Amino acid sequence: MLEVQHIHKSFEPGAEVLHDISLQVNRGDVVAILGPSGSGKTTLLRCINFLERADSGTMIFEGEAHDLHRITRREIARIRQKTAFVFQNYNLFLNKTVLQNVTLGLISGRHMNRTDAEAAAKEALERVGMAARSDAYPRQLSGGQQQRVAIARGLAAHPDIIYFDEPTSALDPELIGEVLSVMRRLADEGMTMLVVTHEMEFARNVSSRVVFMDGGRVIEEAPSAAFFAAPKEERSRSFIRSILRRGEED
Amino acid sequence: MNERIIKILTDAFPQLIEKFFTMTIPLTALSFALALVIAVLTAMIQYAKVRGLQTLCRLYIWIVRCTPLLVQLYLVFYGLPSLGIVLDAFPTAVLVFGINEGAYMAETMRGALEAVPTGQLEAGYCVSMSYLSIMRHVILPQAFRTAFPGLSNSLISMVKGTSLASVITVTEMFRQAIVINGRVYESLALYTEVALIYLAFCSALTLLQRWGEKKLNAYGGTR
Ligand SMILES: Nc1ncnc2c1ncn2[C@@H]1O[C@H](COP(=O)(O)OP(=O)(O)OP(=O)(O)O)[C@@H](O)[C@H]1O
Ligand SMILES: [Mg+2]
Repeated sequence: MLEVQHIHKSFEPGAEVLHDISLQVNRGDVVAILGPSGSGKTTLLRCINFLERADSGTMIFEGEAHDLHRITRREIARIRQKTAFVFQNYNLFLNKTVLQNVTLGLISGRHMNRTDAEAAAKEALERVGMAARSDAYPRQLSGGQQQRVAIARGLAAHPDIIYFDEPTSALDPELIGEVLSVMRRLADEGMTMLVVTHEMEFARNVSSRVVFMDGGRVIEEAPSAAFFAAPKEERSRSFIRSILRRGEED
Repeated sequence: MNERIIKILTDAFPQLIEKFFTMTIPLTALSFALALVIAVLTAMIQYAKVRGLQTLCRLYIWIVRCTPLLVQLYLVFYGLPSLGIVLDAFPTAVLVFGINEGAYMAETMRGALEAVPTGQLEAGYCVSMSYLSIMRHVILPQAFRTAFPGLSNSLISMVKGTSLASVITVTEMFRQAIVINGRVYESLALYTEVALIYLAFCSALTLLQRWGEKKLNAYGGTR
């Protein structure tokens, strides 16, 4: 359902952050993007959702091909109608209540009427266990709660795919579980997800495939079971080792 | 204090108050409204980096902030007529005060807009909102909260600043005091009285500002 080919991106001339990235996500897939800090994972996700403009590359979204460099605003708007993005630091609208955070995009972005939007929002908030806090403002919530609301904000529009950029990295350790369990439930329900994460447990047990990046390149792409059991590349092996070691220290 | 002065002050008081409510406050309100419109537009143009217009905004802010308000008043009221542009005193005052304070308030607003995290805009895009509706529903409301103390400051300084309109024949409260003083020669007492009226009103505005800030902080603060 989503395929990107040959993405290149640099912020300054001569310093390419993404070199020729290609990857594919099929309907119902949960693809985990792993890689050390600075490897370009966030940049890739941002290019895929047009928060950054790639220097070159192609996207095939639900059968339609788009040039990532030349794509028009209208095409971007059309694709975004079918996607959702969950940020590392939640980015909830700070001047809106939990309920309004979910309805605003539906009403003002998708021209849904208020009644339908509120019904859809309530349903999405139920799914992440946040319906009881509908009237709270983001700043009155814990990080985990804010992230669950952010997921509900994405879910409410029934996207075809959700992008997650390290959704648990800004959270205190005891709050990570509640967000991961929401994501696991979504995966079980068949939601298509592309997830940048440092949570090895999640990558191993929930995701169907793993894309391992380093230095702006895809080093290895494999079904997650295979990736964790027998990584092919030396860099993947040392990355897994370093992550596991860090896990033991915690 | 002798009885003569007390009588002068009590006679002057209703006249001063009348001018305060019929001239000073309307002049402030209109000028502030104009300044606010100018400020929001100027700040938004700069925030959105609209080419061409952006330069124009910088130019406006530069010229207005680097010339004295008094000179601007004279220029428009006494200078422009020689170009055939003749405006009445009151509209001149509104225009000049609005344009003048607008430049300062534009900077307050621009700072406040830039203080809104860019993630707010990006989150809006990701739920399919347009730039303008993100501005309207998310960015501007947050910016107004940040700008609130600065804008209040401008309002208070404008209340006092309207006394300058006296030099272009607008009979607001201060000019009324000058007129009365011309008959009775009690500068110290009369101008003290005027000062106290400004003090009382601006104190009330200060309290209002505090109350407003508390209200705005009700939903978790801007930080
Ligand atoms: N807006 C930007 N301007 C300039 N350089 C940038 C920008 N954003 C990212 N970079 C650079 O691009 C490279 C990749 O950054 P990116 O944030 O995509 O990495 P990441 O894999 O998401 O890392 P992390 O795991 O720390 O989040 C880094 O070297 C970073 O300094
Ligand atoms: Mg990142």
